[in-house]
Amino acid sequence: MDDRNQAFRGEVRAWLEANAPLSLIGAPAGFLQGTWGGRKPHFESEDHERWLHAMAAKGWTAPMWPTQYGGGGLSRQEDEILKSELRRMRLPPPLIGFGLVMIGPTLLEFGTEAQKAEHLPPIVRGEVRWCQGYSEPGSGSDLASLKTSAVRDPADPTRFIINGQKVWTSYAEKSDWIFCLVRTNTQVQKQAGISFILIDMATPGIETRPIGLISGASPFCEVFFSDVVAHERNVVAGIDHGWTVAKALLGHERTMVGEVFAQSVVGGESELVEAARHYLGVKNTKLADALIRDRVAQVAMDERAFMLTVKRIKDTAKADQRPGPESSILKVYGTELNQRRRALAVTIAGSDGLGWDGPDYPASTLSATREWLRSRGNTIEGGTSEIQLDIIAKHTLGLP
Amino acid sequence: MDLVLSNEQKLIRDSATQLFRDRGGVGRLRALRDGKVAPNNDVWNEIAGLGWLAMTTPEALGGLGLGLAELCLVAEAAGRVLAPEPLVSSAVLANDALVMGASDAQKALWLPRLASGEVVGTVAWDERGMRGNIAKTASEGHPEGDHFVLIGAKQDVLAGAEAGLVIVSAKNSATSELELFVVDPKAPGMRVTPQQRIDSLPSARVALDGVVVRAADRLAGGAVGNGAKVLAAALDRATVVLSAELLGTASAAFEMTVAYLREREQFGVAIGTFQALRHRAAKLYIALELARSAVMTAARLLDAQARGEPAGMDPVAVAQTVSLAKARMSDTALLVADEAVQLHGGIGMTDEHDIGLYFKRARVAATTFGDGAYHRDRWASLGGY
Repeated sequence: MDDRNQAFRGEVRAWLEANAPLSLIGAPAGFLQGTWGGRKPHFESEDHERWLHAMAAKGWTAPMWPTQYGGGGLSRQEDEILKSELRRMRLPPPLIGFGLVMIGPTLLEFGTEAQKAEHLPPIVRGEVRWCQGYSEPGSGSDLASLKTSAVRDPADPTRFIINGQKVWTSYAEKSDWIFCLVRTNTQVQKQAGISFILIDMATPGIETRPIGLISGASPFCEVFFSDVVAHERNVVAGIDHGWTVAKALLGHERTMVGEVFAQSVVGGESELVEAARHYLGVKNTKLADALIRDRVAQVAMDERAFMLTVKRIKDTAKADQRPGPESSILKVYGTELNQRRRALAVTIAGSDGLGWDGPDYPASTLSATREWLRSRGNTIEGGTSEIQLDIIAKHTLGLP
Repeated sequence: MDLVLSNEQKLIRDSATQLFRDRGGVGRLRALRDGKVAPNNDVWNEIAGLGWLAMTTPEALGGLGLGLAELCLVAEAAGRVLAPEPLVSSAVLANDALVMGASDAQKALWLPRLASGEVVGTVAWDERGMRGNIAKTASEGHPEGDHFVLIGAKQDVLAGAEAGLVIVSAKNSATSELELFVVDPKAPGMRVTPQQRIDSLPSARVALDGVVVRAADRLAGGAVGNGAKVLAAALDRATVVLSAELLGTASAAFEMTVAYLREREQFGVAIGTFQALRHRAAKLYIALELARSAVMTAARLLDAQARGEPAGMDPVAVAQTVSLAKARMSDTALLVADEAVQLHGGIGMTDEHDIGLYFKRARVAATTFGDGAYHRDRWASLGGY
């Protein structure tokens, strides 16, 4: 097995050295930074486009998906090897997005053969960009109370007519398809009347409007549905069975968000120390402000403990051991930690941290302030911390 | 370096947990405190018989040759019931100072007696105002011919009154180097006075009023280096094992609290149905899981260091991780202890309920070997800021 993995590592390395565009080495990459693909794709450069096509042809945009749907068919170990080689060469992922990390895995678990065959290959190739239609104006934490309705078309009962509104839909205006929770039954308990349906955003009757946030960014949209038609073959896991799918996807999303914060905290300590040296000075090799120094160390140590916990959760899953720490703690703690880190950066910058824009403010401080403003949403989006704490209290601690 | 327990480690954890529970649980400490039973060596001898007092001692020196990762599981089990046995002072501090700093003759004399439990060992290193910084040691050893004369005052010497072997730190007045001396607690000039601390666990003040020790009784035979290095290394190891003990203490207090939230009814429902309380319990759970990750990692890094494995080769990273474990664990234990008393309501402030014993022990263990603020300062200094 080790020999085979070693051979695979050699193949990967040789292929990457032959095919990875040199200009991409060291290119910035992150959870929301990279090539999203889609019908109207935006590429940072021609090399980004070449990189996507070369990797997609190998199935390495979705390394662990089955080859019959265009994936790489890699084992978990091979996937780790591929990732580690990409990290070693400092290459960005060829493709990012909710197709790869949300709807793709969901269809692999719950989709019909036809749904998988139709939707997975275009995701692998980066041809279709997806968004998630969950929250509604009246249904935030109480998601299951959602009201967007899907009613059978009397003229053609194989079709649904959809009316209602979604909100907080990330990048809806740039997306080609939406996976959506809709109400198909009002006569039963609220969770039992929800269906999970896939809708082409080009369908007539769909309108999107971006929402401006306090940070100045607009990552979220409102989405309005007026007599939108969708075929019943696009319902996943059967009519009225959407809640099971939604919960599975949410659990997956929260783990992912936690891991994302674990990656993003790398380098947090050195950034804070550098800023504190700049703004507050150094005395006898130590940061001159003892209170700020203690807070920097606190954040740095909390980040390290958090990353070790992410590792422990992964190690526990790998060893197939139960019980381990629950991944639900990652969302709560990772987001709260990110907020403390960002707020500390603004505190360190003093009055410079109050700048919104303009050439008289240092660019790094302006971006730190925008990051702080953006971070306030972290404990709300993807399920509020309060809802997460309730989940931990109920499912992990067994409180009534 | 996976952060999971092997099957062998799970066996150690389970047998230690069962042993401490079956020998009276936390009731044993209460009975001792209240004078309902006389101090006795029953449990001490039992764990010695299992080899746990020499768990990390190399097999060549008569130990089990296991790691701190394993010893931490025993300490955690002990911490769950506030076991009064001086595991940290004897099986880690004194034992490891000898393993790292003693001559072959000193090892041959003392290690088997520590392993068998026949002798309790401790290190008298802490002094008033030192707050964990051994560079501030004021006690002195004056060289005179083939012996030293020790002058000074030590405090918070764990199991100081029970110990048959006391390793004393003092500055060599000729070289200003910190040295460690093996001292017989009955030697003339040694005055050992038990301290009464809030946790009712044994500790003592030790006055060094001109104690004469032979130069041959210095710990100067090991590969680690001088006394300061040996003491720092032994303290790091003891810090992690104490963190594991504190993890057990805080985890047990947390579990008692969650159980209380399930059982206690007010307004006709279990108080665990109230979000104001549920969320606090969930936050304690998160804090404990993060602390556990840090403690597990620190033990494994120190083991890697002792075995010369690559993961333990960066001394700064190892030392920072030790501080991470203790800072995290100290702060978490204090938080859990405060919340545990509050969430128990009126019964939580009574002496009758065990939660108060956990509350008091958490404060002592959180302070011992440096609290959260001390270890954040150490982390930052090691990190170059």
